[in-house]
Amino acid sequence: MPPQHLTIALAGNPNSGKTSIFNNLTGTRQKVGNWPGVTVEKKEGHITRSGHDLTIVDLPGTYSLTPFSIEEVVARNFLLDERPDVVIDIIDASNLERSLYLATQIRELDCKVLFALNMADMARARGTKIDGRKLSELLDIPVVFTVGNRNEGMDELLEQAIRLAESTAPPDRTRRVKYSADIEEAIGRLAFFMESKIDGSLPYLPRWVAVKLLEDDAIVQERLIAAAPDAGRQILQAAQALRKHLADRFDEDPQIVMTDERYGFIAGIVREVQTSTTQQRVDISRSIDLVLTHRLAGFPIFIFFIWAMFQLTFTLGEYPVKWIEAGVELTSGASAALMPEGILKSLVVDGIIAGVGSVIVFMPNILILFFCIALFEDTGYMARSAFLMDKIMHLIGLHGKSFIPMLMGFGCNVPAIMAARTLESEKDRILTILITPFMSCSAKLPVYVVLAGAFFGARAGTVIFGLYLLGIALSILTGRLFRSTLLKGADAPFVMELPPYRMPMAKSLLIHMWDRSQLFLRKMGKVILLGSVIIWALSSFPREVPIPGEEAAWSRQTAAAAGAGNPAAAVAQTKGAEDGSAETADEIRRMQKTKQTENSYIGRLGRFVEPLFAPLGIDWRGGVSLISGFVAKEIVVSTMGVLHATGNGEEEDALGNALAASGMTALSALSMMVFVLLYLPCLATTAAIRRETGSYRWMFFSIGYSTTVAWVAAFLVFQGGRLLGFS
Amino acid sequence: MRLSELKEGQTATVVRVGGNGLLRRRIQEMGLVKGTDLYVEKYAPLKDPMELVLKGFHISLRVEEAADIVVENVR
Repeated sequence: MPPQHLTIALAGNPNSGKTSIFNNLTGTRQKVGNWPGVTVEKKEGHITRSGHDLTIVDLPGTYSLTPFSIEEVVARNFLLDERPDVVIDIIDASNLERSLYLATQIRELDCKVLFALNMADMARARGTKIDGRKLSELLDIPVVFTVGNRNEGMDELLEQAIRLAESTAPPDRTRRVKYSADIEEAIGRLAFFMESKIDGSLPYLPRWVAVKLLEDDAIVQERLIAAAPDAGRQILQAAQALRKHLADRFDEDPQIVMTDERYGFIAGIVREVQTSTTQQRVDISRSIDLVLTHRLAGFPIFIFFIWAMFQLTFTLGEYPVKWIEAGVELTSGASAALMPEGILKSLVVDGIIAGVGSVIVFMPNILILFFCIALFEDTGYMARSAFLMDKIMHLIGLHGKSFIPMLMGFGCNVPAIMAARTLESEKDRILTILITPFMSCSAKLPVYVVLAGAFFGARAGTVIFGLYLLGIALSILTGRLFRSTLLKGADAPFVMELPPYRMPMAKSLLIHMWDRSQLFLRKMGKVILLGSVIIWALSSFPREVPIPGEEAAWSRQTAAAAGAGNPAAAVAQTKGAEDGSAETADEIRRMQKTKQTENSYIGRLGRFVEPLFAPLGIDWRGGVSLISGFVAKEIVVSTMGVLHATGNGEEEDALGNALAASGMTALSALSMMVFVLLYLPCLATTAAIRRETGSYRWMFFSIGYSTTVAWVAAFLVFQGGRLLGFS
Repeated sequence: MRLSELKEGQTATVVRVGGNGLLRRRIQEMGLVKGTDLYVEKYAPLKDPMELVLKGFHISLRVEEAADIVVENVR
């Protein structure tokens, strides 16, 4: 007999222990991706058990199947459209009532359901006993006792699931939620009307559709219209009339009444199956919380944890980053030595290796960061950090959970934007993603160091600090602006569970960390590789470089051409060229590189956009450097180094002097720093934005918005400064 | 009395959940329905949000959201 294939879906509340059960069932044979079209993680595992191929799908953790959040929509659509053979609903024994709310909704969908009554031992220790047999009897659902974090009950769970999938008996439809007489009558009438209008073209249970229409469920309404446009409209009208009738009858929205009644039904079951001996529990979790969210100690402890996370991510991460950098350099050097001179070599060394290298150097930071975030999430501290910070973040129109991603932005925007995943509301997530790039990342620091160091001397530190503050101020303004315009609408309510503190499990932490990092590598790698190759091509073509002999003549020509517009730059160039002819071969090569870059497409692009940068006091070389900074912000410095022929920008003083000689002033340096602070995010960040918002639209919006803000701010700095008499 | 007027350590029973549709539904689905007993565990260090215990679990709610919930039988 060929192995039979079964799909088993795992449903349950957040913090119900669903993840550990999923990990136990599937081990490391997991496939992580995203649900189609949204950025909710989809986890799947394949195992074989007693002659069956089992696909186990981990549905997002939700409290209900009312389609408000993306997670709920995803979970419900999977149950509706994919029709899994069995749904294992994980019931948190310590939260029986709330767990049963989701269970009743799954039950209404007419799925084959199996309960995993999880952590009953913990509940018993707290004085709550649950009669599993009675629960099974009352709802006609098989119940298996499990302890997820001790791997108990997993075999029985799978056995029961297979048995249930193979049973041909239809699910019992009598032991489901009974609403009050008025609502039952409305459901009955609507279901009957529906069956008389449409037969069979709607693949859902008529009773369920009727319930959802009475609850004014927009998605079900759409599907109904799509399935049967004419009859659908009539049914919707009938549903509206019934809703109106019920609203008058109860003096309340029908959906509110129905939620109340579901809880009433559940309360009846809970009374039958649960016996509690203690009312007010005193447990370790509460004691821990008394310290961690203490009125006075709470914030200092929080700041310490954040500091520790930062240190781990960017200081400890620094070592492996250095090794990887060395590895990339080694590879690059080896390829350079092995490959014949020419375009292919340049593509491999300067394009592909440099591009891929720029991604994998993030890897240690990302692994460590995700490990810390997994630790925060698995222990339950993440919810507390949101609890602490919500008041402050709410002033910007954000959620308490936005704080961590924004803070991480000071290190690197890529993991920061990925950390925004912890936000449940899509609007909060997008807003957080849009303002995170204003947090000045560590790659921008070298640019500030060079420019502020050269033009502000002893005041450089103050200037750099001011830039960071400007970034924060603009993120707050942007937050408030977008909250009241683009991402308007009701604030996602801050109804958030504060789960009990739990000891994290190493296996779960590692799986968590690895899944997310892998996702980063796989998806971002492609975009970054492509982007790096494009930038490489722009700066490498055309390849004709004036040979040294012609150089002086060429240079004089340029000087003459540029003479009228920018005497200082022309002087610097001529001077450079004359020096070049007298200096070493190294110097000549450097000059060649300068000329080639000037002459490349990206150089021409710099000339082309020069008028745009002129009002900001930035010359074409600044423009080219800024454009090349799209690959990674630290490249701004090395490109300026190449264009001003001072080597690789290693000698900061040399570059500073060259910049001053080229006509840059303190004011134009400030303008350029402001521009660097605010303008378009780097390639890796852009790819992260595309990925995490799930749309090119938001990516281009972010690019356009930040660059516009940067231009305006730099314009105000430069022109305003000039008006005030600075130079 | 409004839920937001309760002090730390007080218990009360929910009479009515008001507020906009989405918020109301959400709060209700978390189990905060009419007749539920709520215990105010604490307020956050900045006095907002607040932490409540109901049906054996803890949730946080902003004070402005709690202002839409009417309670009685404060003890």
